[in-house]
Amino acid sequence: MKKFKVVSNVTPSVDGKGIMMGRYAYTDDLAPQNALVIKILRSPHAFARIKSIDVSEAEKYPGVACILTHKNVPHVSFTRAGQGYPEPSPHDKFILDEYVRYVGDEVAAVAAVNEEVALEAMKLIKVEYEVLEPVLDFEKAVDNKSVLHPEDGIHEMFPIGFEPKRNIAAAYEMEVGNVEEELKKCDFVVEDTFYSQAQNHAMLEPHASNARLDEHNRLVIYSTTQTPFHMRRILSKTIGLPVDRIRFIKPRVGGGFGGKQAFHGEMFCALVTLRTNKPSKCVFTREEVFASTYTRHPMRIKMRVGATKDGKIQAIDCRALSDTGAYGEHALTVFMIVGSKVLPLYNKVKAVRFGGQVVYTNHEPAGAFRGYGAIQGNYAVESIIDELAEKMGVDPIKLREDNSMKEKETSPIFKIMGEGTEGTAMIMESCKLPYCIKRGKELIEWDKKYPVKKVGPHTIRSVGCAIAMQGSGIPFLDMGSCSIRLNDGGSYMVTVGATDIGQGSDTVISQIVAEELGTTMDKVIIYSSDTDLAPFDCGAYASSTTYVSGNAAWNAAKKMRERLIKEAADYLKVKVDSVEFDGSKFTSGNKEVTLDELSVKRFYNEDTHQIAVTESFHGHVSPPPFMAAYGEFEFDTETFEYKMINYVTVTDCGTTINPMLAKGQVEGGVIQGYGMASSEEVVYSPKGKLLTNSYDTYHIPTTKEVGNLISEFADSYEPTGPFGAKSVGEIGIDTPPAVLCNAVYNAFGVRIHSLPITPQKIFEAVKAKK
Amino acid sequence: MLVKFKLNGVDVELNVKPGEYLLDSLRNYGVKSVKKGCDASSCGACTVLVDNHPVLSCSYLTARVEGKEVTTVEAIQEEAAKLSEYFSKEGADQCGFCNSAFALLIHALKHENPHPSDEEIKDYIVGNLCRCTGYQSQFKAIKAYLGGK
Repeated sequence: MKKFKVVSNVTPSVDGKGIMMGRYAYTDDLAPQNALVIKILRSPHAFARIKSIDVSEAEKYPGVACILTHKNVPHVSFTRAGQGYPEPSPHDKFILDEYVRYVGDEVAAVAAVNEEVALEAMKLIKVEYEVLEPVLDFEKAVDNKSVLHPEDGIHEMFPIGFEPKRNIAAAYEMEVGNVEEELKKCDFVVEDTFYSQAQNHAMLEPHASNARLDEHNRLVIYSTTQTPFHMRRILSKTIGLPVDRIRFIKPRVGGGFGGKQAFHGEMFCALVTLRTNKPSKCVFTREEVFASTYTRHPMRIKMRVGATKDGKIQAIDCRALSDTGAYGEHALTVFMIVGSKVLPLYNKVKAVRFGGQVVYTNHEPAGAFRGYGAIQGNYAVESIIDELAEKMGVDPIKLREDNSMKEKETSPIFKIMGEGTEGTAMIMESCKLPYCIKRGKELIEWDKKYPVKKVGPHTIRSVGCAIAMQGSGIPFLDMGSCSIRLNDGGSYMVTVGATDIGQGSDTVISQIVAEELGTTMDKVIIYSSDTDLAPFDCGAYASSTTYVSGNAAWNAAKKMRERLIKEAADYLKVKVDSVEFDGSKFTSGNKEVTLDELSVKRFYNEDTHQIAVTESFHGHVSPPPFMAAYGEFEFDTETFEYKMINYVTVTDCGTTINPMLAKGQVEGGVIQGYGMASSEEVVYSPKGKLLTNSYDTYHIPTTKEVGNLISEFADSYEPTGPFGAKSVGEIGIDTPPAVLCNAVYNAFGVRIHSLPITPQKIFEAVKAKK
Repeated sequence: MLVKFKLNGVDVELNVKPGEYLLDSLRNYGVKSVKKGCDASSCGACTVLVDNHPVLSCSYLTARVEGKEVTTVEAIQEEAAKLSEYFSKEGADQCGFCNSAFALLIHALKHENPHPSDEEIKDYIVGNLCRCTGYQSQFKAIKAYLGGK
């Protein structure tokens, strides 16, 4: 393992103390005291056309400042997805529309002096709906007689298979080799179908935004966003206000997980403030967070896998159907990740096929969510691999060891599948997956515990395993940048567009800068995610921050080091290559100057100027982190209730820049994935209303449901990453559905084909088997 | 209506609406360290102490604190700072939206039960949700902090 001074050392996060002490840092903490409060009137119908909307009485209600409806807002189609430009998501959304497409869709926005007035006024809005027949079963969406998007003015930005008249938001097909031919040659073929649900992000801080006009009459928006620069661009294009008139600031964000990549209240705040010249704010209720933001894309994934007697997996066929809900945000890209971030795990196959459609339904829209298709794909692929192992009569771990990705290998999928477009070929310069599998097996004591052991009169314990991969940013697309300027006294002001949403990127980037400049963390002052003050960054998504923004920070720090050495050489009147810099002192022969002295000279005394650099980075590859995961669960054989005993992960994410934060990402991901696997049931009423719209009805894991988490990292170094790092933000979430599904099979011999895996489903499957 | 109580040791008099909840009163008064995660006493982010006992301020009527003592994290700054070091060591500080509530909760637990068992700690904090950490790091940090390690 390489030795570092700051990187890879246990370093407290730069902001943990202030946050724990309650310093005001989050979006709504910073809202202007007198801001107009915006509340949103939402559709009670899953699908309807607004025949008429009368706001005259509501507007007269004392204290109401402004009411927005589809009749008085710009009618420009856009996507809220919060992606780069041009977006791979269809432009199928209007700020407000004549049609409402799910229970909870926006009908009108009321801005008033306070919440109470806004809510009272809202009751006075008269809406006449033409109720339409909703599409609530995503398997019946294609060519349904109800069409969600019959309107004009919507379009795709480039070909993504967008066919709105058929309720298809996007479609994709790819094939390497000939899957049908290869399957015919196989000695063992298994097939199965898996369903996953519309998981909610359920981050603790609800979506919030507020807006004001500053003394330059520019629009300043604070938002709980993961993508401030994309927000600025999208808002500008949609409401017709130039980019230079808009400033987006992301303060502290209380959890994102993809759910804050997109637009939520920001458009309304912008319009209300521009129209009233008054500050405004919009904070979602918890019910709105659950029912009117985004979910994970529910999917049906049909798998067919074939292997030959020699133990080789020869062909994989993966056919998926994804439900994007009312709008097509992230429709194609999440879908493609199902294939592109799972199927390369088994890179020795002769043929692999992936394809299907992403369809519109009258459900809450789906969007970005940690894992981004990989968790759905992982559930299906890693479950069917166990099924195949059983049919072949081989050990499921051995099957994985023999057929999975190794270092210096590749998969043709990398070249074929990218982010809505073609991908990028790459060799795995770092891949410790074989080690991860082996080490995890030891840690869980697989050989002692597999497949199942009786531990009590009616309790048994079983184990399950899965492997996973993800990516590190989007190559050739995502860009991060970093500016560093020297302060007098020898500290550094670092500004980055990178978006800390609680994952700790401000800390990680500070560590990278401190390491390269040979200084300590207290000498690095970081300020991030303000479109006026920080250089561009695509934002926090696609596991990009440590790799993309971290590389940008590393480039900037390297440049700063060069600059400082040159400054010192000029000052000492020596040759540049004779100067050595240890982080606090420059030495050349018997001459020396401290950074502190040099900085003061350059600020106040001699050849005065600001020493500053800005550098950027975009990846040419997206090196995947890898993981092997093993779970041990205890089941009650009478009630089928179960609990997690141990969950082992061994992760190859290259160098862990901050080992504790990396562990936090893995464990947080595991438990969020375990929630999806075990308890986060999504229930709609027959008319399409989300019933699981509170923490009471939608059960995310609590401290009592978490077993012993054993989280280790492989010794690995990614040559293209900052100090050898790859991403670690998403991969943790991928394995729990398959691990639990496989453990349930090992316990009872039944396979559960839909998430979450509830005691009820296990009971029914066991009963059916008997 | 006028409600008189002690806020972090200082007498305050707030003019509130009869049905107003303590969370809203405190945030309107400028105490933004108290967070609104939900509005149904299900997440714990709004935890404050009333007469040293944790309550969920999102569903606790302000009128009920008349004559009582309300404590927010501003009153336990040193303790919060110290607890944050334990959180940091275990990698338990992520988004932090729930952290100030945890600090208050741990403060109350320490007074109620200075030497809790693992189960007692979990029982005490189970109502405070966290979507970032996976809980184990948090639990280890709290345990180490209470053990004075």
